[in-house]
Amino acid sequence: MIDLRGRHLISPSDLDLREISSIMSLAQSMQQNLSSYASLCRGKILATLFYEPSTRTKLSFESAMLRMGGNILGFSDASTSAVSKGESIADTIRVLDSYADIVVMRHPKEGAPKLAAQYSRVPLINGGDGGHQHPTQTLTDLLTIHMYLGRTSHLKVAFCGDLKYGRTVHSLIETLARYPGATFYLISPEELRLPPRLKEHLEQHSDCALIECRRMEEALPAVDILYMTRIQKERFFNEADYLRLKNSYVLDSDKLAQAKAKMLVMHPLPRVNEIAYEIDSDPRAVYFKQAELGVYARMSLMAHLLGVDGL
Amino acid sequence: MIEVAAIKKGTVIDHIAAGQGLWIFNKLNLGQLGHPVVLLMNVPSKRLGKKDIIKIENYTDVDTAMLGLIGSSITVNIIENEHVVDKVPVFIPDEVRGLFSCGNPRCVTNSDAYVIPLFHLHDARSLAYVCEYCEEITKVAWK
Repeated sequence: MIDLRGRHLISPSDLDLREISSIMSLAQSMQQNLSSYASLCRGKILATLFYEPSTRTKLSFESAMLRMGGNILGFSDASTSAVSKGESIADTIRVLDSYADIVVMRHPKEGAPKLAAQYSRVPLINGGDGGHQHPTQTLTDLLTIHMYLGRTSHLKVAFCGDLKYGRTVHSLIETLARYPGATFYLISPEELRLPPRLKEHLEQHSDCALIECRRMEEALPAVDILYMTRIQKERFFNEADYLRLKNSYVLDSDKLAQAKAKMLVMHPLPRVNEIAYEIDSDPRAVYFKQAELGVYARMSLMAHLLGVDGL
Repeated sequence: MIEVAAIKKGTVIDHIAAGQGLWIFNKLNLGQLGHPVVLLMNVPSKRLGKKDIIKIENYTDVDTAMLGLIGSSITVNIIENEHVVDKVPVFIPDEVRGLFSCGNPRCVTNSDAYVIPLFHLHDARSLAYVCEYCEEITKVAWK
């Protein structure tokens, strides 16, 4: 296990590929032999600071810590904490890092976890900041891809939906681009295209190919993975724009019939209506397994950041 | 033409594009320095046609990072005994702290007032800077 003790995880680029590989390797071992790790974090406390609603990320972090024998504390609604009295992020962190050994934070403001990490004496993990980054979803996605396809390089991946505010897309595309031979199909309405800065970064710092499409059908026959995303109501300042765009892309069985037999349909969840329920029983639909694997990815990450291996 | 005496000691900010002098005067808080300051506007210039000049007596600690963002034509001369003893280079800074706000309304620096915005140069030609926190690009537009 590579030593990541004491480090923060704010963006996937905080980890090099060797470190990601170490996290993947331990996560796979945890999945295969869960009971062996039941005491790995005994005596450790995870603080979950969720300033924005979350189901999967928060619960999978809590499950991950509990499965390793540790404890959890925190809040999932800023209105029930001192934040509602006007406490700053800096002050909250300066106090909470003495109550816990590791912190995960979700915040609607972009860059908030980076700011928090400047004040934290214990490892701080970004659990999603606005439309910016979601590095632990990326670890979950990489683990899923690795377990189903056996590789993370030379992949053809279609990203579909909200590529502008979709933090899971930003984190994953930036990370997959670091592996050789990636081709990305970017499927989105004009208003929700990948941010120009990120596109420019990919073009300048990787050998990936970027292909922009307006229709899902243009990419489906070619790709190894279709990564669907939700059009996120909470990221829009204007409800009319959300209502106009929310049904832009829907994956149904007619469309899926055009895909490869071993293509993966992934989704960070929650879904609204962008994947028809009829798809759930298709063996290519791996989004619920993806959510399950998130627990192992987060167990492994926390074990690395806490510097516990104990095996 | 109006004559303004040379200063004995201090700083002369020269070759400011005409019209930007008052803005720089305000942005650098020169009125609050407590030293004599002269702002000359629309002075004939061979290089610029017309220019603004600022003379500050007994003060040399001018924020050249901000001047670099405003224009590469600006020169900063340090004066001792009525002579130029140093020309401080003005260049576009690689890092800017606290001089402007992030253009991303969802950035934490726009909601937490104690955070000093920090930017890294992305493109010098368009004066585009990347925010340290949200990584969005903000283009500096002074006027």
